[in-house]
Amino acid sequence: MSVAATTAREVTTSSVATGKSRDRSVGSLAFLGALWFSLFFGVMVLVVLILDTAITGAPRFDGALITDYSSRVRPESTGFRAGILGSLWLMLFTALFAVPLGIAAALYLEEFSDGNRWWNRFIELNLQNLAAVPAIVYGLLAVAVMAFMGFQRTGIVLGGAIALALLILPVIIITTREAVRAVPQEIRQGSLALGATVWQTTWRQTLPSAVPGIATGTILGLSRAIGEAAPLIIVGLATGVRFDPEGLLSEITALPMQIFSLTSQSQEDFQTAASAAIVVLLVMILGLNALAIFIRNKFQRSW
Amino acid sequence: MSIKPATATAGAPSAADPSGFAAVHGEADRQLADVPPDPVMEAYKLNVYYGDFHAVHDVNLTFGKNEITALIGPSGCGKSTVLRCLNRMNDLVTGARVEGEVNYHGQNIYAKNVDPIAVRTHIGMVFQKPNPFPKSIYDNIAYGPRVTGMKVDDMDELVEQALRGAALWDEVKDKLKQSAYGLSGGQQQRLCIARTIATRPDVILMDEPCSALDPIATSRVEDLMLELRSDYTIIIVTHNMQQAARVSDRTAFFTARPDETTGNRTGLLVEFDQTRNIFSNPHDKRTEDYISGRFG
Amino acid sequence: MSSISTGAGPSSGTGLPGVPSLGRQRRPVESVIKAVLFCAALLSVLVTFGIIAALIKPVLDFFAEVPFGDFFATEGTYAVLPLVAGTAMTTVIALLVAVPLGLGAAMYLSEYASRRARKFLKPTVELLAGVPSVVYGFFALTFVTPTLLQDLLNLEVGFTNSLAAGLVLGVMIVPTVASLSEDALSAVPQALRQGSLAMGANRMQTTLRVVLPAALSGVAAAVVLGMSRAVGETMIVALAAGAQKNLSWDPREGMQTMTGFMATTAGGENPVGSTSYNTLFAVGMLLFVITFVINMISIALVRRFRQVY
Repeated sequence: MSVAATTAREVTTSSVATGKSRDRSVGSLAFLGALWFSLFFGVMVLVVLILDTAITGAPRFDGALITDYSSRVRPESTGFRAGILGSLWLMLFTALFAVPLGIAAALYLEEFSDGNRWWNRFIELNLQNLAAVPAIVYGLLAVAVMAFMGFQRTGIVLGGAIALALLILPVIIITTREAVRAVPQEIRQGSLALGATVWQTTWRQTLPSAVPGIATGTILGLSRAIGEAAPLIIVGLATGVRFDPEGLLSEITALPMQIFSLTSQSQEDFQTAASAAIVVLLVMILGLNALAIFIRNKFQRSW
Repeated sequence: MSIKPATATAGAPSAADPSGFAAVHGEADRQLADVPPDPVMEAYKLNVYYGDFHAVHDVNLTFGKNEITALIGPSGCGKSTVLRCLNRMNDLVTGARVEGEVNYHGQNIYAKNVDPIAVRTHIGMVFQKPNPFPKSIYDNIAYGPRVTGMKVDDMDELVEQALRGAALWDEVKDKLKQSAYGLSGGQQQRLCIARTIATRPDVILMDEPCSALDPIATSRVEDLMLELRSDYTIIIVTHNMQQAARVSDRTAFFTARPDETTGNRTGLLVEFDQTRNIFSNPHDKRTEDYISGRFG
Repeated sequence: MSSISTGAGPSSGTGLPGVPSLGRQRRPVESVIKAVLFCAALLSVLVTFGIIAALIKPVLDFFAEVPFGDFFATEGTYAVLPLVAGTAMTTVIALLVAVPLGLGAAMYLSEYASRRARKFLKPTVELLAGVPSVVYGFFALTFVTPTLLQDLLNLEVGFTNSLAAGLVLGVMIVPTVASLSEDALSAVPQALRQGSLAMGANRMQTTLRVVLPAALSGVAAAVVLGMSRAVGETMIVALAAGAQKNLSWDPREGMQTMTGFMATTAGGENPVGSTSYNTLFAVGMLLFVITFVINMISIALVRRFRQVY
């Protein structure tokens, strides 16, 4: 938000404060109460969700949960080793595919393209739409891409990573563009006026200044991808994998996939295990978010 | 050349155009009446458009070597636009179109085969708001030579020379590795000047370089300009008439003419002369009104 | 003065110094990089076409086997309308939850919260978007249905039902609605608020009668985008809304949705290329088209809003 807008807001907040007595009517207070409710309803849901899951899953907070493979015969000690490793592998390759591509596309759109050209407006529209395409559709696309590259089996690291990379590509492009746009125009002008080329300016000035914003956006995109199961179901990731991933073509599973398959099992031990696995998944996501917030607070420059 | 910066004789009565010069010659001829002896750059029939908006109309100017030329006039008169045409910074504005010629040592910098990046290495620019890079002081200076691929034997020495050239060395020599953002506004602006001279330009354009600075910092930058004049050709846009009077050798006065139908204001050059003439004996009524504070 | 003078300016002397060369230089690296970046940007366009291309062949194969009428039918193996109804049911319930909550949160953030409070409150609302949908699905199935709906509210709901799925889906899209609505409300010029307050209106009246109507198309865009999210969400409905096609108006019954059907079909044993497998793509195409239209409406609404302010 621009400085002018924030000051304007401060001014109103204070000028509004003078009218406080009129805000004390029953209707106004009820309205304010409803707004508070809307604001904190989500937090309440979240608290209930976490407590419920944690209590259900508590009996299974043991080492086997993360070190053992899944087991149909011993539901009381089934583990998520393959899912956790699979999710980490997927993250790694999703990032490798989506981050360079997303940053490159964003840099072109922000620094090289002429926003008035119709095709650039078209790309813009396209991005906004892609960001809202259902995740499950990206699974279908990944299946087609894998078929196009000649792969019969698609439930492998490559297939899953392609699906997730396509899914978060628009997110990365959009957040990178915002981070790049936040770098003041004066910096670019200063560089260009010294005889630097557009690419030199981008590479040596704009990009380094935008890195914290890009990193934050990328991590948040990855944290969305790590919890996603729908495209992976379409790609055909198995759930009962009992070995560690070995490479791009290795068959794998993912943590959300395992949670999905256990949820539909009626045995109580499986439900407990699923709850415990959800706690693991939430911790992983929380970790990624904490990292993003840390980067934002530590390195973000306010111009 | 020893032009003493003329003092502004605000409100001094001057018979407008006693020689009847303007009546005999066209306005364009008048602009060229007093040509600098050793021209480095000239603008010829320069017109600038932003989309349909005609921002600057038919400007003819000549900039002399080792002189300081000031472009003055009320806001919206196109003086900054003209300045930005002189090193093709207007190329970066979407929808901007430049017509006419800007000749630099006899080459039209808007000719097809001219490289705008090469132009900017010869014609540097200092901006209104100090805009150091978010890097160390040292790297700010070294940036230009590095990106333009200048052959530098000793970068440390070049950095020192540039900082000395901008009268900043003594203040920063012990903190070269510190961020440029730690400097005061005036120091930042001098750093930007040092950064510009480190690429060894021929001409330095300054777009209201002191408008964001306090009076003390302003006077230091002005002193610096007078020192730099012996090595560079300087063209400065300023809002501040006293500044133009203090530092410049020649002054070009612009004004804005509103379009009768659209109300868009098109900038045009009114008068270009030695600074002392502009301030003590302007030929044009509009210049006189502006100088004497009756307008603008 | 400085020793830089020797090399710096043009060498002094009579006549023109060595005329600097301004000729266009070749910068192969620059051109290659620009081309690479352009390709990356182009790829984002290709993704859209890629989706259509990926869907078109299986869809054509599907309609070669199954008549159009059998697909857009209310009953039968390939009938899609019960799935559309399921999606509509969960989406409507979700919007009934998300619109008031999201808008309420947005109004508080934009009109009541101080700048500092907003800094903490906004991420709090957005936390909800960070929870994976499979977790929400598990929550709907194991807590909302048995504990909340059956035990606490004494509702006669099935093991899977659209109500629980829709409610949780609504919670999930609250941040989408709240975030975009807040942007829209904040963009309303202060002058409008001040004008209202100056006439003696209180903050509630100002918010509801001046700010909200002024931001209406922006808020509508937020709701429409939330709708797109609800239509496309898979895991919650796959787990909690039921795995049987059921054309019903009763939210207490289980109803399979389009996305739920896709998840079941893909996870099943249908051989690739078979007609039952291709149904996946036919439903996927329909889903893509529906969300595409909804997204375009949302984008158009945002554009309209931006033009006003």
